[in-house]
Amino acid sequence: MADQAVGTPKPPSTPAAGGTTLTAKDFLSDQEVRWCPGCGDYAILSAVTSIFPKIGVARENIVVVSGIGCSSRFPYYTNTFGFHGIHGRAPAIATGLKTMRRELSVWVVTGDGDGLSIGGNHLIHTMRRNVDLKILLFNNKIYGLTKGQASPTSEMGKRTASSPMGTYERPFNTLSLALGAEATFVARSVDVYRAHLQETLMRAAAHRGTAFIEIYQNCNIFNDGAFDDVIEPTVRDDRNLLLRHGQPLVYGKEPRKGIRRNPETGMLEVVELGNGIAEKDLVVHDERRPDPDLAFELSRLCWPLFPTPIGVFRSVQAPTSEDLVWKQVEDAKVAKPNAGLDSLLRRGDLWRVTEDGKVEQL
Amino acid sequence: MSPQIVEAPKVPQKHQAQKTDRVVVRLAGDSGDGIQLSGSQLSTSSAIAGNDLSTLPDFPAEIRAPAGTLPGVSGFQISFSNYDIHTPGDQPDALIAFNPAALKVNIDELKLGGLLIVNTDAFNAKNLQKAGYARNPLEDGSVDAYRVIQVPITDLNRKALATSGLGTRAIDRSKNFFTLGILYHIYNRPDDATLRWIDKQFAKDEQLRLANLTALKAGRAYAEASELFQSTYEVEPAPFPPGDYRSMMGNSALCLGLVAASIKANIPLFYAGYPITPASPILHELARYREYGVVTLQAEDEIAAVSAALGAAFGGALSVTGTSGPGIALKTEAMGLGLMTELPMVVIDVQRGGPSTGLPTKPEQADLLQVMFGRHGESPLPVISCSTTGDCFETAFEACRIALKYMVPVILMTDGYLANASEPWKLPSVADLPDVTTRLVTGNSAGFQPYQRDPKTLARLWAVPGMAGFEHRIGGLEKEDVTGNVSYDPLNHEKMVRLRAEKVERIADELPPTAIDGDPSGDLLVIGWGSTRGAIMGAIRRKREEGKKVSWIHLRYINPFPRDLGDIMKRFKSVLVPELNMGQLALLLRAKYVRNVVSLNKVQGRPFKASEIAEKIDEALKMGKSVNVNESVRSQRG
Repeated sequence: MADQAVGTPKPPSTPAAGGTTLTAKDFLSDQEVRWCPGCGDYAILSAVTSIFPKIGVARENIVVVSGIGCSSRFPYYTNTFGFHGIHGRAPAIATGLKTMRRELSVWVVTGDGDGLSIGGNHLIHTMRRNVDLKILLFNNKIYGLTKGQASPTSEMGKRTASSPMGTYERPFNTLSLALGAEATFVARSVDVYRAHLQETLMRAAAHRGTAFIEIYQNCNIFNDGAFDDVIEPTVRDDRNLLLRHGQPLVYGKEPRKGIRRNPETGMLEVVELGNGIAEKDLVVHDERRPDPDLAFELSRLCWPLFPTPIGVFRSVQAPTSEDLVWKQVEDAKVAKPNAGLDSLLRRGDLWRVTEDGKVEQL
Repeated sequence: MSPQIVEAPKVPQKHQAQKTDRVVVRLAGDSGDGIQLSGSQLSTSSAIAGNDLSTLPDFPAEIRAPAGTLPGVSGFQISFSNYDIHTPGDQPDALIAFNPAALKVNIDELKLGGLLIVNTDAFNAKNLQKAGYARNPLEDGSVDAYRVIQVPITDLNRKALATSGLGTRAIDRSKNFFTLGILYHIYNRPDDATLRWIDKQFAKDEQLRLANLTALKAGRAYAEASELFQSTYEVEPAPFPPGDYRSMMGNSALCLGLVAASIKANIPLFYAGYPITPASPILHELARYREYGVVTLQAEDEIAAVSAALGAAFGGALSVTGTSGPGIALKTEAMGLGLMTELPMVVIDVQRGGPSTGLPTKPEQADLLQVMFGRHGESPLPVISCSTTGDCFETAFEACRIALKYMVPVILMTDGYLANASEPWKLPSVADLPDVTTRLVTGNSAGFQPYQRDPKTLARLWAVPGMAGFEHRIGGLEKEDVTGNVSYDPLNHEKMVRLRAEKVERIADELPPTAIDGDPSGDLLVIGWGSTRGAIMGAIRRKREEGKKVSWIHLRYINPFPRDLGDIMKRFKSVLVPELNMGQLALLLRAKYVRNVVSLNKVQGRPFKASEIAEKIDEALKMGKSVNVNESVRSQRG
């Protein structure tokens, strides 16, 4: 690093050496994991470390950055570079890091309190800039580390330590917020959907730009079963809608159901297949639409009026802010070569005081 | 189009310029009158004339307050001289008032008998009323104590540009150049630099280029021909050491210092900031240095700016964030994280009048205790302070050097006066800039521990992502010594608190002996810091001319203090500490060295006048003779 020319980012190291031979175990640090037994975080840690050997990035080029909260202990447990920041600021810390070190694969781990409450500003502005970060927001609809207060995703009226008579605030819809900020990759998965979570993480890793994944995560101490009505094995087929790009929005075991746009109201609605309604009548998922409109509509769907969608809502390509600023650096270097200390000091109007005290304009 | 001489007297007068050592001129008008531009042109011309100079722009917080009103008055004071100066002067010798409001706000500062030039065209009933004048002050005798020259500037300028083809509004906009022409005549300034500036600025609009050029020439021609301006002044060049010079504002010098440190350290510069007066020009200027590999981020808020800087530092960049007092308050938690993770970073505080939003465009030095103690936990950080515009370069460079050598966030103090003031600056020799070393690890990772320290400086190693084998985790939780693993062990915590403090203390080991201006012992020692340097220098110069003995130290290093400071203080009967706050450095000195000091405090959003400090020096000298501690304590309260 020290021998790098100023302003030249380090060239990416070859991923092959580390990437192909390491296994999930190599990505677990030697630190004792201190989440509560039964916490959903274990499953997410396992899923993340299981995909790290497969994303084509050398271990030394992976960085996990977090804020404060249960989820934010994550970096201590991954054997990569890691930065445990302060409450809510992980996206900002990661933005500075990624801006100066574009070859790194930077993962931000945050929660519903850390990311949506105290750090809400950084989260939306990171997505606005499209910094190439992988942001994993563990949503358990509660504050865990501070012992059970309502969070910005707690449902209205929820009784918690800080709301004994029920909350009187509306919750955020996490993905609507991300889509409102026009994040270029927006997805949802669930801690216990191991295969789906791994697949979604791989998709995020491959995306260039801000990849935002909301992960439903169970806090078995303060908000146990918060997502059971949607993800419990006996009901999930009928209450989840698995999004697949280019596929019609179908779900349910028996009867098969789907999402259709009502020809009269223009609104999405649930229909049963059969009786003259076929798959061709359903909305086809298009995660690559340049506008976030369909993805936003889908983000509004949730049990019990609709199935809750799981999967990739949006995945579009757009320039990242760090690529754009380094393009400016490269352009400036071409336009003004020989930038060195001497040229730096001599910018602007100069005059010379000669040995005999005369003043000459230079 | 040739300049038209209007209302020229029949016989042009030949006059002898009066030689003088120093001139102080203040321009005042509406924010939109081009006062700051005229001021900077007068500065450049004076620099080219070989004078030493110092300037003080004084503008309202509002961008364009209603025209003609008192809050809308913008000012610019310049002092140029044939000797070494560092203040824009206590009282103007000349005031140029573009309207009644400008007169009202500034007239009390003008020296009795001083030159007062007013634009009579702006002294109409409406403007008089806006300024709160019941009667026209030019007619009721209230300015009789001054040498008043009434010039219908607007009208004369319109006549001069009658054939320019421009509309009245556009013509009126150039009246500052007409006025500048008058001033160039009075003070025998060369036109060249301003003519070149006009050529460059209006290269794409020939009509405007010609108009401004004509206005400048017409103003000079008018003054030359008019009987009103028979007295002109000449200030001979100041004796500058040979070398190449440029005019330098504090914020610009500071930026150059940062970029120079980045080049010397051979790591890229990352600057993150959020717009705030008076620190924004640092963000603007650094954004123009892309060819030097400088990356700037306009963050969504102050907290994001400091956090992004920390992230970039974790990645191996020279990281800087800059703000003013309100922004420092927001950044404190992240500064604590930087202290805990022991990452190099520079945090710039361009101080302004506080508390709260306070006086955003006015200077004050009241953030010192905030940057010293404004963080939770035991969290000492190095604090260093700029004292002149040129010194902003060196101190910024030094802040980077310390941050990188000791792996610590360094706080760099400057203020709204230094930020905008300008002075001639001798270009430093590139070869003389000190080396900047980093703690970046090299070689094999065997046995690497993130909190392994250099035995001398106690600085830890800097292993950044991308270095295979050096993977490690850091964060805000307390660290185990050496390994950096999370530790809640009570004794380890105390050990780490002491280590972090000791590391900062050890910076003093490498500081050079403190330079004392004057005798090494005696009756009175003045201790200053920051932008008060010029005023203190002026005061001490006056007192020495009277034969009084005063010694002086101007501190760059405030935390840690230089090792010899306590001993030096012991050698003086009295210590006087002038500062633009209610006694913050004085409090630190009293606490650290357990001795009394005399405070001179001012919190008016204005720099000290040399005369104010000179007066206090007399008082302190008397006090030193009586060695009456109680008396000096009373005086501090007074």
